Amino acid sequence: MADTTLPVIEGALLKVAQDKGFATARDRLEVMSPQCGFGELGTCCRICYMGPCRIDPFGNGPKTGVCGLTPDAMVARNLLRDTVGGTASHVGHARHVLLTLRDALNGKAPYQIKGVSKVMALAKTFGVPTEGREVNDICRDLVNIALEDFGRQDELPNNWISKRAPAEEQALWSDLGLMYSNPHNEIETAMHATSMGNDADPVSLMLRVLKMSLIDGWTGLTLCVDLQDILFGVPEIAVTEAAVGVLEENSVNVAAHGHNPVLSEKILEWAEKLEGDAIAAGAERINVVGVCCTGNELSMRHGVKLAAHNSQTELILATGAVDAMVVDIQCIWPQLAQVAKCFDTAFITTDAMVRIPDAIHIPFEPHHADESAREIVQKAIDAFRRRRGKPVDIPRHKSTAVAGLSVEAIVDLLAKLDAEDPLKPVIDNVANGNIFGFVGVVGCSSIKFRDNAMTEEMVKHLLRQNVLVLTTGCTAHICAQDGLMTSEATYRYCGDGLKAVLEVLGKAAGLDGPLPPVWHMGACVDNSRIVDLMVALAERLGVKVGQLPAVGSAPELVQEKAVSIGGSFLALGVSCHIAPAPRILGGPMVTKLLTEDLQELTGAVVRVELEPKGAADWMIAHIAGKRAALGI
Amino acid sequence: MSKTIFTVAEKCVACKSCEIACAVEHSRSKTLAGAILETPPPQRRINVEGVGAYSYPSRCQHCSDAACVTACPTGAMQRDGCDAVFSDADKCIGCWMCVVVCPFGGVSADPVGKKALKCDRCPERTAKGEAPACVAACPTGTLLYLTPEEFAAERRQATARAAICGGQADEPNGMDILRSLKRTH
Repeated sequence: MADTTLPVIEGALLKVAQDKGFATARDRLEVMSPQCGFGELGTCCRICYMGPCRIDPFGNGPKTGVCGLTPDAMVARNLLRDTVGGTASHVGHARHVLLTLRDALNGKAPYQIKGVSKVMALAKTFGVPTEGREVNDICRDLVNIALEDFGRQDELPNNWISKRAPAEEQALWSDLGLMYSNPHNEIETAMHATSMGNDADPVSLMLRVLKMSLIDGWTGLTLCVDLQDILFGVPEIAVTEAAVGVLEENSVNVAAHGHNPVLSEKILEWAEKLEGDAIAAGAERINVVGVCCTGNELSMRHGVKLAAHNSQTELILATGAVDAMVVDIQCIWPQLAQVAKCFDTAFITTDAMVRIPDAIHIPFEPHHADESAREIVQKAIDAFRRRRGKPVDIPRHKSTAVAGLSVEAIVDLLAKLDAEDPLKPVIDNVANGNIFGFVGVVGCSSIKFRDNAMTEEMVKHLLRQNVLVLTTGCTAHICAQDGLMTSEATYRYCGDGLKAVLEVLGKAAGLDGPLPPVWHMGACVDNSRIVDLMVALAERLGVKVGQLPAVGSAPELVQEKAVSIGGSFLALGVSCHIAPAPRILGGPMVTKLLTEDLQELTGAVVRVELEPKGAADWMIAHIAGKRAALGI
Repeated sequence: MSKTIFTVAEKCVACKSCEIACAVEHSRSKTLAGAILETPPPQRRINVEGVGAYSYPSRCQHCSDAACVTACPTGAMQRDGCDAVFSDADKCIGCWMCVVVCPFGGVSADPVGKKALKCDRCPERTAKGEAPACVAACPTGTLLYLTPEEFAAERRQATARAAICGGQADEPNGMDILRSLKRTH
């Protein structure tokens, strides 16, 4: 690594951990390094017990698996299984939200419909009659349409892709055989097709990867976000703060970590209800802070402060100031329980699927949400009682951040400039080059890339070239912590064109300064919001999504979910930058397919760049190509 | 001339198969399933070191004029009938002179820190005409078991081939691409 630019916050957090003698993920990575080249290349096959088989990348040893599987088929099978992991995560999350909504409507789960506008918008999309009907009745129809998607065996197209996705792209997907019916059947088929003695054709397998990614995009992300907006409300622009400095020494700090707002919304509700108990215990208040993506959900809808992205989760526990870390699903490191054990911190798991040794397990399911949430918050107050008066070590770093940029919030804001045609100001500014293009910066935070501030530096390069950045997930935390979601960032980093646009938008939003140049659009599941925005712009322009001057980037890939999200962008024709390299390089044909030949199928390619400037330069050049093709 | 272990560094992909095979060979059971249950756990004498985008399996070179043998005050460090350098644990006093003088870091300490630990070039295997465990386990041809003359002959032939057929570069393989990406990082 040529120049080390470890972000200040990471440095401060690491110092806290090091001072207390904790080994961190960095230390564990160092012990793990160098990491196995077969794994990195994707040419290690552990699918059957004639193996494990490994292909010699230098051509002297094995050239196929014991069964004769080629390296290309091997990397494609492995990539498909990664994609299944990602898709299963989002589809599972979506189904959980769907069943919660169903039970809420039946009076079995204590949740109310807060997103009436979303119910109405979706009713229109799905052709559900609304005239003279109660909101809950309309919503029941929507629930039944979604339930049909999870139960159907008729091979008809899944409702959420066929009604929510743009028509022209659907025609292409249909031609390529990528349309699907029931997501569960497809997950089953993909696991079946990749087991020993099934699909061995790399092209067929790669088409399955795209199909699985579409399932993630539409029946995972989109369905999930649509229903979460119904249950918890459509996000509106809100100002919040980000980084570890949002922890408060004299408050009961409750860190909500994971992905599912069905839990964190209730924790927030009960934190408000039990504030009196906290004060009686000697605390100033209960300070619910957001970690990882459920943190993003809370910041989007309630302006809850953001404490940490994924790779900082063990580090904020080392402050000793977190009274309870309550977790649901996905990206929960087992290490957290070990760090929590060293303090008064209650580390609480809640989902039967996420059991971690040495954690306190309080089962949380929607029917008894209030009882469980109450018990969890009380555990946090008890932990505060034990912690009170003991020294804590909270680095003071934090930044303000504007969050809550749902598509609806963006359109409402734009409507202040042009009520008749809200997207017109954006279209005009794209055409005149003030907005050179869009990059959706999504995915994880990786300790492999924190030392050179990959996400922050890449984003700054993009802003200088007037590229508007839309972000979600842990990269949103990174940008928020670095002050990139402030008016000041617009002045400091943007090219003149983008600055001028954001100044106008800031005024329309009633902010003191320009709108920030990096738009916080939510959790990783909220990548459907980025897609919705791109679809709206493409429809307004009368072009396909893939023709827009837009690129996706997962600059610090960790989780399988980022693979399937990236695949859903590729299927839409949106090219993607990714770092580190996906595990396909051991298959030359698959590598060429993703980096070149996919252009002929969907119009998108994959590009790997491991340093920020190279990544930004490639994306800017790619956007320039899209602009030229549009004649702008 | 005895065979010894040669390393073709650019072929190493850091899979660490050599490390595991070494520990298993130096276990009582000589099987992976048995070795992982033994107390004390068997120790490897080869270590895959990372260097930027590359990796290198580092171990004793079994030098002909071995500094460790010269420096050893008790005669523990010695040469076997096949010219492999090994340490006799009964004679070793843990003075670490061998560790200090070895230019390759080829000698280290056993887990309790009392005795020198190093590659013995698998005498039981080589006596049966087999390659040392690390060489046998290497899936990419990074580790080779040859006499210096055999190794040099292979290199001479490769050089001659390049001189006659021209130095046409092969298409970059996946490992080449991965390394070139990492070099920018």
